[in-house]
Amino acid sequence: MKVPHANVCYGLLGEFDTPKELMVAARKVREAGYHRIDAYAPFPVEGLSQALGLGRKHDLVPMITLIGGLGGGLSGFFFQLWVNASTYPLNIGGRPLNSWPAFIPVTFELTVLGASLFAVFGMLAMNKLPQPHHPLFNVARFKRASNDKFFLCIEANDPKFHLEETARFLQGVNAQHVIEVRDED
Amino acid sequence: MSTDRPSVNSPEIRRLARVIEPGHSYGSVTDKISSIVLTRPVSIGWLAGFAIAFSLLMLMTISIAWLITKGVGIWGINIPVGWGFAIVNFVWWIGIGHAGTLISAILFLLNQKWRTSINRFAEAMTLFAVACAGIFPLIHTGRPWMAYYMFPYPSTMGIWPQFRSPLIWDVFAVSTYGTVSALFWFVGLIPDLATLRDRATNKAAQIIYGMLAMGWRGSARHWHRYQSAYLLLAGLATPLVLSVHTVVSFDFSIAIVPGWHTTIFPPYFVAGAIYSGFAMVLTIAIPLRKAYDLEDFITMRHLENMAKVMLATGLIVAYGYFFEFFMSLYSGNKFDVFLVEQRLHGPYAPYYYALILCNILTPQLLWIQKVRTNVVVLFVMSLVINLGMWLERFVIVVISLTRDFVPSAWGRYQATFWDYSTFVGTIGLFVTLIFLFVRGLPAISIAEMRELVAHTSEDDK
Repeated sequence: MKVPHANVCYGLLGEFDTPKELMVAARKVREAGYHRIDAYAPFPVEGLSQALGLGRKHDLVPMITLIGGLGGGLSGFFFQLWVNASTYPLNIGGRPLNSWPAFIPVTFELTVLGASLFAVFGMLAMNKLPQPHHPLFNVARFKRASNDKFFLCIEANDPKFHLEETARFLQGVNAQHVIEVRDED
Repeated sequence: MSTDRPSVNSPEIRRLARVIEPGHSYGSVTDKISSIVLTRPVSIGWLAGFAIAFSLLMLMTISIAWLITKGVGIWGINIPVGWGFAIVNFVWWIGIGHAGTLISAILFLLNQKWRTSINRFAEAMTLFAVACAGIFPLIHTGRPWMAYYMFPYPSTMGIWPQFRSPLIWDVFAVSTYGTVSALFWFVGLIPDLATLRDRATNKAAQIIYGMLAMGWRGSARHWHRYQSAYLLLAGLATPLVLSVHTVVSFDFSIAIVPGWHTTIFPPYFVAGAIYSGFAMVLTIAIPLRKAYDLEDFITMRHLENMAKVMLATGLIVAYGYFFEFFMSLYSGNKFDVFLVEQRLHGPYAPYYYALILCNILTPQLLWIQKVRTNVVVLFVMSLVINLGMWLERFVIVVISLTRDFVPSAWGRYQATFWDYSTFVGTIGLFVTLIFLFVRGLPAISIAEMRELVAHTSEDDK
């Protein structure tokens, strides 16, 4: 049981000026054996997720998209077939009821629609967004993560985490500022 | 940067080839773009433009209210021309809406860096154009309050839509296109909304942008999934954008009316859509970069590239016109041959010649680089092409419908005041939305511009 409003440490945040410095630091932090780490950047930095050791398995978005596309397309096609050939058959000029080529445009559109909706909402869900509060938002300097600074956070629940040692370590990998992130839990 | 380099690297060529002017940093890009929204005071010019656009929007609401009160009889539509302005305007607007997704999706997949500073407002333009387009088929139904009949839902009447009809395909194509464009636009906006949230100084702005940004914090894990979702959306939007105008062209080509029943329609409609879309992007980009001093970001390179795309798609459209004629004559079908005669010598021939002048002859000037880099000429030309593309749809709809198979079924079409007021009114809606967008959201993607700064600074090293 946590004590309400206890001021707990979320982690240590190191600030960097360039994506290159962030990359170098990320690699070193990983080599030092930290696992509960994340980096924050104002734009996607190429290779950063690899430097942090995030493999392909972290990215379920393509699979979710595929499921959405297949689901949208198949349900769209069979729905049209059911409507126009079974539940409400329309005989127009004696043409066959299962005139499947005529169902392709709508099937295509629903494939794209299903895949797109799943891609976007899947991405948001995997990222656990919307998330109105995060301990990092308590740090005033962190506002610049959406502007021109790059951050690396070693979280307090990392087994290797030690407030002073980790802070010294972050300074050792050229962090401009090292800030303790606290959160009212 | 020195001038003693070979002539290919002359300052002039380098200036024309830049996608961002030198000397920008992550911070300066953020400042410049977000200040338009957050700190710049409302200018007289903006207010005046907004007032004009908003009055036109009011004209649209009045026109639609009158239409709903009196019925579609206030328009010039008749038998045989049941489609008239409503469908002409629908196709025109939806065509304009194609450039946004083309720039965002296809140029993204092709790794064209110059798309970066124009994709955001081109996408916004797409959404607004689709909104304008959507109005027309809706009010053209005569009883717009029954429009939900077009969607398949389990009604107590036990009836369902006819999925073999191109009009139902249209409903699905346009609504999917609107939804996916909105998603694509919003996903692109999330990091920039976070920037605005972090930089806003007044409480209301912080709360609104904060809610829209959904707690985005730029985590590397998030960016990783974000990028894969964005890439997938681009991949999905690419065939989608091509399919939408294809489906719109099916509305025509599946009918047996002379001049409509041709297989060249899908590609030639798609090319025409991109053509008019790029013209509209230029129509917006040129005043925008001037008014908000964005010449550093929307450079001559962008304008010139868009001019080249217009020239290329314009030539495809010209090819379409030529083969439409050729196939009509070559087929020997007397109705098709007659339609060619009607286009050249019939009562609507002036529209046809104006169309050729606007869409085929004028854009040939774009072969000349001096024209492509002259901002004023490009702006005028973009307006001419917009007009030409509207005329194209007018020619397709009206000439074919007034001259079909039996002389007793021939007729004439004359648009009324309400036709024009509704059309001009939707332009008001479009421009109003553009004005609001420019003040409320970053018109250029800040996150992508930072990426561009990162890449260009690497290139210089």
